[in-house]
Amino acid sequence: MKTKVGYYGIFLTLALILSYVESLLPIQIGIPGVKLGLANLVCVVALYKMRGKEVVILAIIRVLLAGFIFGNYFSIIYGLAGAILSVFVMIGLKKTEKFSVPGVSIAGGVSHNMGQLIVAVFVVQTYSVGYYFPVLLVAGLVTGLLIGICANEILKRITHINMKN
Amino acid sequence: MKKFTIYLAGDGLPHMKKQDIFLIFIILVIAACAYCAHYYIAPPEGNYVEVKVDGVIEGTYSLSEDQEIVINGGTNVLKIEDGKAKMIEADCPDQLCVHQKEISAAHESIICLPNKVVVQTVTGNESGIDAMTN
Repeated sequence: MKTKVGYYGIFLTLALILSYVESLLPIQIGIPGVKLGLANLVCVVALYKMRGKEVVILAIIRVLLAGFIFGNYFSIIYGLAGAILSVFVMIGLKKTEKFSVPGVSIAGGVSHNMGQLIVAVFVVQTYSVGYYFPVLLVAGLVTGLLIGICANEILKRITHINMKN
Repeated sequence: MKKFTIYLAGDGLPHMKKQDIFLIFIILVIAACAYCAHYYIAPPEGNYVEVKVDGVIEGTYSLSEDQEIVINGGTNVLKIEDGKAKMIEADCPDQLCVHQKEISAAHESIICLPNKVVVQTVTGNESGIDAMTN
């Protein structure tokens, strides 16, 4: 129990630090709104180390804290929509056991972007954001793949951590 | 004493399963379809820009006329020059709309989410000249 709380804290802290690192990176690839999603790395790793319910809680707390510290009201709303959808999709895909870590992560990246796009449609009340759909799909695919490859390498090296029981 | 194992880089790419490749393929196909659908539906050139605030049309402006438009009581400023529209000012913290590239082709848009401002190019016959408030 003691170690479980400790790991929980470490995962959350890592996610927050990665959010911070990402807010420092001035990656302007000409596509507004597209980020690497470094903090999602922690979620993907946690997915294989914690129970589903705990990963959902971790993702929500991470978005809330990161939003209050580095973002604003809007980044919390968009972050929550993206994070919750992506975590549920990833849990679902992982349960099928047919996908490897990068595959699960790709689905997470894509669904994260879709969640944000859906909120954007509601906020601006127009479907004109729809032209962004293919861009976000491919962006989610690429970032999801990169994060998935990293997560896969990390998971190989932390086999001694198990918080499932 | 705990045993530490040193891992060397160069394990190669993780072993992707058949389903992973299939997933990537499906996503790319959907993206390509969505892109094509958008490309074919949209006419090549937009004649007007339509400015919407919170879903309500605030005004329609001609792209052929160089001008600066103050939107939403001053939260955003749009500049039209050489048939292209660009957001030059916004009071939001992220400034994403200001960094977005200028628009000219039909159905391109500049969106400022914090201020709920959508600037979209439209062709004259579809927006209706009646809508012009300039």
